[in-house]
Amino acid sequence: MRKDVLIAGFGGQGVLLAGNLLSYAAIDEGKNVSYFPAYGVEKRGGSATCTVVIADGAVGSPVVGQPSVLVVLNQASLERFGARVRPGGVLIVNSSLVDVSALGRTDIQIVPVPMNEIATDLGDLRMVNMVAVGAYVALTDAVKLPSLAAALSQALPERNHKFIPANIKAIETGAEAARAKKEA
Amino acid sequence: MSKRLFVKGNEAAAMGAVEAGCRYYFGYPITPQSDIPEYLSRELPPLNGEFIQAESEIGAINMLLGASATGARAMTSSSSPGISLKQEGISYMAGAELPGVIINISRSGPGLGGIDASQSDYFQCVKGGGHGGYHIPVLAPNSVQEMYDLTMHAFDLADLYRTPVMLLGDSVIGQMKEALIPNPRPVRELPAKGWAVRGKSGAEQRVVKSLFLGDGELEAHNWHLHAKYQVMKEKECISEEYETADARLIVAGFGSVSRIAHTAVTMARAEGMKVGLFRPVTLFPFPEKALAQAAARAGKVLVVELNTGQMVEDVRLSVGAAAQVSFYGRPPGAGSLPSPEELLEVIRKNYEETAR
Repeated sequence: MRKDVLIAGFGGQGVLLAGNLLSYAAIDEGKNVSYFPAYGVEKRGGSATCTVVIADGAVGSPVVGQPSVLVVLNQASLERFGARVRPGGVLIVNSSLVDVSALGRTDIQIVPVPMNEIATDLGDLRMVNMVAVGAYVALTDAVKLPSLAAALSQALPERNHKFIPANIKAIETGAEAARAKKEA
Repeated sequence: MSKRLFVKGNEAAAMGAVEAGCRYYFGYPITPQSDIPEYLSRELPPLNGEFIQAESEIGAINMLLGASATGARAMTSSSSPGISLKQEGISYMAGAELPGVIINISRSGPGLGGIDASQSDYFQCVKGGGHGGYHIPVLAPNSVQEMYDLTMHAFDLADLYRTPVMLLGDSVIGQMKEALIPNPRPVRELPAKGWAVRGKSGAEQRVVKSLFLGDGELEAHNWHLHAKYQVMKEKECISEEYETADARLIVAGFGSVSRIAHTAVTMARAEGMKVGLFRPVTLFPFPEKALAQAAARAGKVLVVELNTGQMVEDVRLSVGAAAQVSFYGRPPGAGSLPSPEELLEVIRKNYEETAR
């Protein structure tokens, strides 16, 4: 088993935390993992991406040119990385902010999830990253959903542990939304 | 076996230093290595160690020199422009035969350049970046685990050979997170530090210096250092080979790019090409013999670096006429990391040429 994903958005959307959480969950399941972040010098607003590779054997390259799954949280990331998704791969988009109509790819599966709306309905837009990672896991089975929930205490600093139940809810809601889209 | 942790390469190097018994760190912040001082500023004081954020890189390297002269295990870290500033101190430490570890999570240049992954400081690190014709061992980890293991090894080499030792990485290796098994430090027999200056207290005077003015004194000192480098070349080369036994093309690369090349080689094998990977782990001493053997079997070596061609010179010197050597370089900068697919394309082209 070897799964790779590129998660991309703007600084402040929680892209790096999403990648970290996924990685901790995979580590706890005994997998080999590489998490490779790349971000601008800006604290907020610049581009933020991370590549996560999960494998039973050796991870090999932490740098992935053609990800099998791309998760994009904003329009600029779609324009930058949309063409790179491996043919036959999956593109998960935050349809609250991203318009895929101009992408022109028929060789990949596109799963729109209104991540901003879901996070806002659950009480905090900042959980958009949790919705995204829930959607990714539901579509790929890269890790088990309970592993994600259990990994929150490692991925979040202690001062934010009080938000763990809300984050679990966001992960589950993102997963349900993605499953519904896939079946539709 | 210890529990698997999930940490950044930079943190792993700092943890390796603590495990190796390093209790003194001197540094000045610079991206992309600041996780190292951040970690040690937190962890060293409770161990009765000292963390000092120096006034500059030059201050930090000279504090390292001073701490080392007392026989303590000590370290500094920086990134390319900061390492340039430290060169005078490294030369003095090499001349005075003082151990010490310098971690260089290099970035792109020349000048202020950028913060992206780069291998453009191979020459500076491997050929002696300061004056005086010295060498220091240079270790090039390619994983978070090796950042930990090779940092411990660096401290042992430093004490064994009384020399500064450099660990050379980049932002891929420093910023990447992977699983780490924080094994205990290997037990190794090391020479007593009978040269350390710790206060005379009635004993014979000890002097640590790099100034030799007596007739013939400096020439003898240079030959002494040279002899040490020959022993290192004989005993301390480390390299890793992947699928080289029947390979007709060997890809050679160190550090971050070797990880990308590893996947590209696996992809090439899946297409039926007999391709292997040779990875120098020590850049000085360069694993000349192991590379020469692998290259002679294959007949062709493709060197891949994140620069316009530096290690390729050592590859050519190592293999001589026994193999053809070609080069693919990606000078550093935002977006310039090659993907495994791009390297596969380069491998395909080079492999087809060998088939003709």
